[in-house]
Amino acid sequence: MIKVQAEDFDVGRELENLSSGNLGVGGVSCFIGLVRDMAGDESIQAMTLEHYPEMTEKALAKIEAEARTRWPLEEILIIHRYGRLEPGDRIVFVAAASAHREAAIEACHFLIDWLKTQAPFWKLEETPDGGQWVDARSSDDKAAGRWVTAGRGAEKDPDAAE
Amino acid sequence: MRILYFAWLREKAGIAEETISLPQTVTTVAELIEWQQQRGEGFAEAFADTAVVKVAVNQEHVGFDHPVSAKDEVAFFPPVTGG
Repeated sequence: MIKVQAEDFDVGRELENLSSGNLGVGGVSCFIGLVRDMAGDESIQAMTLEHYPEMTEKALAKIEAEARTRWPLEEILIIHRYGRLEPGDRIVFVAAASAHREAAIEACHFLIDWLKTQAPFWKLEETPDGGQWVDARSSDDKAAGRWVTAGRGAEKDPDAAE
Repeated sequence: MRILYFAWLREKAGIAEETISLPQTVTTVAELIEWQQQRGEGFAEAFADTAVVKVAVNQEHVGFDHPVSAKDEVAFFPPVTGG
């Protein structure tokens, strides 16, 4: 399931809903991304997440589908927020539920790595010097690249389009 | 053709969205970018460094050699920074 929303979410409730009623689930793994108050040496008052709504839905659906081809998953949940967020606020939540821990943990890691390089979101940080767009990190490409050969199922290069 | 701009490309181009009549000579993303670079100061600045310009055609990431046609929706944006 994919949710793209401005509102915050309740982590406990989302996790409970994910496996509720599915007794085949033996393990749930999740990752939560938060807004930090520093970027390098600079303090951050807030950040605004912009996105490309029509493409976001498609890109996240593709990431979910790709995870399902690689691991035997019962459930997947991706929540990504947009709009203005302050330090400490939740930005993103990914969770994977499977019969066993390995698939759940690996899929969760894959989901957040691929989301970082594929989903069309951009962060504008508010600093004492004004607004600045966050640059993409080469370490994110590297993190996503590790899944080009790892995991089960079809291999797909996340940077094939570049 | 519908064209969308995001993040600092939107700010530099000075526009979020527009519909253009595609010149007949433009058949690929690379040619569309060359055409954009001639459209004035804001566009020239937005497309000055194509190493940091990413493109989607009909909401799919594509490379600069991807074909474009009048009915496509094309989006230009910096490398994504979600998550």
